[in-house]
Amino acid sequence: MTKAKRKRLIYNLVTFGLVIVAFIILENMISAKAISRSLKGQLVPICAWIIMAVSLNLVIGFSGELSLGHAGFMSIGAYTGAVVSGWLLSAFDMQDPLLRLVLAILAGGILAGIFGVLIGIPVLRLRGDYLAIVTLAFGEIIRNLVNVLYIGTANGKLHFAFLNKEKLPAGVTMLVDGAKGAVKIKPISTFEVGFVLILITLIVVLNLVNSRAGRAIQATRDNRIAAESMGVSVTKYKMMAFVTAAVLAGMAGALYGLNSSTVVPTQFTFNQSINVLVFVVLGGLGNVLGSIISATFLTILPEVLREFADYRMLVYAVVLILVMIFTNNPTTRAFVNRLASPAKKLVRKNRGETAGGGDVK
Amino acid sequence: MTQKPKKHRSDTKMVPVPSHSIIPERDVDEIPVMETRHLGIEFGGLKAVDDFNLTIGKTEIAGLIGPNGAGKTTVFNLLTKVYEPTTGAVLINGQDLHGMSIVQASRLGIARTFQNIRLFDKMTVEENVRIGLHNQIRYDMFTGILRLPRYWKQEKRQHERAMELLDIFGMQDLADETAGSLPYGAQRRLEIVRALATDPKLLLLDEPAAGMNPHETEELMENIAKIRDQFQIAILLIEHDMSLVMGVCEGICVLNFGKVIAKGTADEIQANPAVIEAYLGKKKEG
Amino acid sequence: MIFLDHLINGLSLGSIYAIIALGYTMVYGIAKMLNFAHGDVIMVGAYIAFCGLQYWGFPPVLAILVAMVACTILGITIEGLAYRPLRQAASLAVLITAIGVSYLLQNIALMIWGANPKSFPTTFINGSSIRLGQLNISTATIITILANVVIMVGLTLFTSKTKLGKAMRCVSEDRGAAELMGINVNRTISLTFAIGSALAAIAGILLCSSYPILQPTTGSMPGIKAFTAAVFGGIGSIPGAMLGGILLGVIEIFGKAYISTELGDAIVFAVLIIVLLVKPAGLLGKPMREKV
Repeated sequence: MTKAKRKRLIYNLVTFGLVIVAFIILENMISAKAISRSLKGQLVPICAWIIMAVSLNLVIGFSGELSLGHAGFMSIGAYTGAVVSGWLLSAFDMQDPLLRLVLAILAGGILAGIFGVLIGIPVLRLRGDYLAIVTLAFGEIIRNLVNVLYIGTANGKLHFAFLNKEKLPAGVTMLVDGAKGAVKIKPISTFEVGFVLILITLIVVLNLVNSRAGRAIQATRDNRIAAESMGVSVTKYKMMAFVTAAVLAGMAGALYGLNSSTVVPTQFTFNQSINVLVFVVLGGLGNVLGSIISATFLTILPEVLREFADYRMLVYAVVLILVMIFTNNPTTRAFVNRLASPAKKLVRKNRGETAGGGDVK
Repeated sequence: MTQKPKKHRSDTKMVPVPSHSIIPERDVDEIPVMETRHLGIEFGGLKAVDDFNLTIGKTEIAGLIGPNGAGKTTVFNLLTKVYEPTTGAVLINGQDLHGMSIVQASRLGIARTFQNIRLFDKMTVEENVRIGLHNQIRYDMFTGILRLPRYWKQEKRQHERAMELLDIFGMQDLADETAGSLPYGAQRRLEIVRALATDPKLLLLDEPAAGMNPHETEELMENIAKIRDQFQIAILLIEHDMSLVMGVCEGICVLNFGKVIAKGTADEIQANPAVIEAYLGKKKEG
Repeated sequence: MIFLDHLINGLSLGSIYAIIALGYTMVYGIAKMLNFAHGDVIMVGAYIAFCGLQYWGFPPVLAILVAMVACTILGITIEGLAYRPLRQAASLAVLITAIGVSYLLQNIALMIWGANPKSFPTTFINGSSIRLGQLNISTATIITILANVVIMVGLTLFTSKTKLGKAMRCVSEDRGAAELMGINVNRTISLTFAIGSALAAIAGILLCSSYPILQPTTGSMPGIKAFTAAVFGGIGSIPGAMLGGILLGVIEIFGKAYISTELGDAIVFAVLIIVLLVKPAGLLGKPMREKV
């Protein structure tokens, strides 16, 4: 096994190990009732945000394109999940919540994926700043559209109306009610399903980036023209990353949406996309483990530290600026490297011991 | 829009090639690996390349020289479809590249290196070569995600082939280094290896010796000949180092202000008054 | 008549977009970056003018001048502290930084002025209106359109006639060559930010005179739409910014009036997407070629 391969294997083992160990500890805490109510309420959202961060990292960190509309895919998933779950319950009297949840998550992922393809076709022809701003535009358009979307169910059928609620037949049970959002959701999301979804996300993303397609994705990031000259179809692989991320975000959205009784369009604004961007940037572009840690940490922090909640966005803004300057300015980068080199040496020395265990931080 | 290529064969040929040719199959009756007919491109009214006609035989090493700004790299960009020509046509193995993308041109068997190195900086040396093998050793996305048996088999093949190719320049030891951290000369060599990985029929080298010392240049010269013999491909190179061009190229084409001013063997080019003037004129300016 | 009313409203909104778009287009042309925080400089300018008028009792002209000076300083500071260290970095890093700056400004404004919307003094320039037949045109509308014309002519003259303006055009054409010709690139980029930010202050005051609700997020949506306008007109082109801004303003007002109020933003963004796909260089822009 080559050095690079071994390094990658250890990284993947640590990533999976950390998630599994954290899950086992939390499950034990839950059964021992040693967990605060507020933290318990945060478990499913944390799972959703981890999936959001890891999937956005696939687009930003590996394919090198800034997508500012990731929350849009999440909202598609959340709405689809709510509608599918409500519809299954009313039309087929499907009482099993787990089955409903799984079907809702699948539907959320598929619909978000379809939108990912539709949006990706025009967007991925663009580059750099233009691509970023167009993804932002699409995120806002999606939010605008769901704001005037009305979906009701009656006699096992779904009824859709757009702009005008009156067009729905009388006597329908509303599932999506315009600006009021998806209403009367029966919360069915569980931490266990969230955990499984994280594992699926990790398998998809980590296996993808270490495969032929994943290397092609990274090649288009590092040098577009050179990648094309090597016969790598840039659009195809950017699309692959973009759509995979959209599917995962849609599944995360369904999980998130089915965790509460309502989902409103204002939950998925541009600000939410920026939140996820902060997770990705702070965790490190292309660093999946970093995304997991920062998404967890930054979701819990405002809950436990009220003072932080007030200054959250301010701190996020400063984090974005400082991380970017420190990792991209030649002078500061050299400085950081010098600071980090003793630590790196230490890690290298200890690698022999750490390689064995999966649960090392 | 692009003018339709004319039916007749281009009258300006570099083949038949000089007498010191050692490869018997290179011969006028064969379809040349590459042929351009009245190739030209304009940028905002300026003819960067004009009426460029060149034919390269199956295993020929040819040189494209000329003063700075003569349009040499533009020719490469036309051949690889980075630019769509405004006039004329490029034929690879008799197939017109009209309307093709960079990727399609690459699949027809053109590979190149870049004047200002374009490696995949954040990836390892081995991974860079694997990108070159992208269309040679394949498996789809789901095979990769699900780690099906084919994944392991093809990954192994890719790795072995990459190491074989790196061996050309003795770069196996560097396989796990990050490409961006390599010294300059090694980066240039890696670009050649990566291009070779695409299994090209025609290899375009844009100033392969730039920034190399005389010793490295000499080594490179031997390697270029070795690559041609081993892979049985044609090579077209842009180079300012005249010792390399004159030493390795069997045919040379001189470009000035976007126009071909001379074609022939090294000896013919060195004696050509138009070439001498182009280069001396440049000296006066500098 | 309603049609004409909408048209004039559209021209007025479009003029504001045009002035904001100038800031984007100049910075994009010269520093080759999308200054995402530009919209928030508008908000800061409006707040300062608001404080001048409401709390400090400044006369309108002084309030405008103070806002312009403050925004100029703000623009130069942002450029020097956040963007200059990233001059050689990838556009991804610069854009993320610019988004950070945008959020920083919004949250500082939130701390200083609070989340509650402030009502911008409407008696300021919006007091009277002119009757033209059956049409009622507010002073704010007329001043906005006039200001737009004056700024556009002034900037065109500045970039074509003055030495500094020519230096700006040089840097936008080829930064390396400009440096070799002895042009101080950093100072030229600072100057661009200074001009763009001063214009942002004016745009902020005009925006709040027509739409008098002022809060920390006031600038972000008009900012993004103005960038859309700059792209529409052709990024880097001053007349393009004017054309794009006005067209976008008219499209937005008509879209809201005749299609759907709720979908106004969606229509604007749909325009952006269509323009980028059909004519990525914009109406008056030059296509860019990547050097290989």
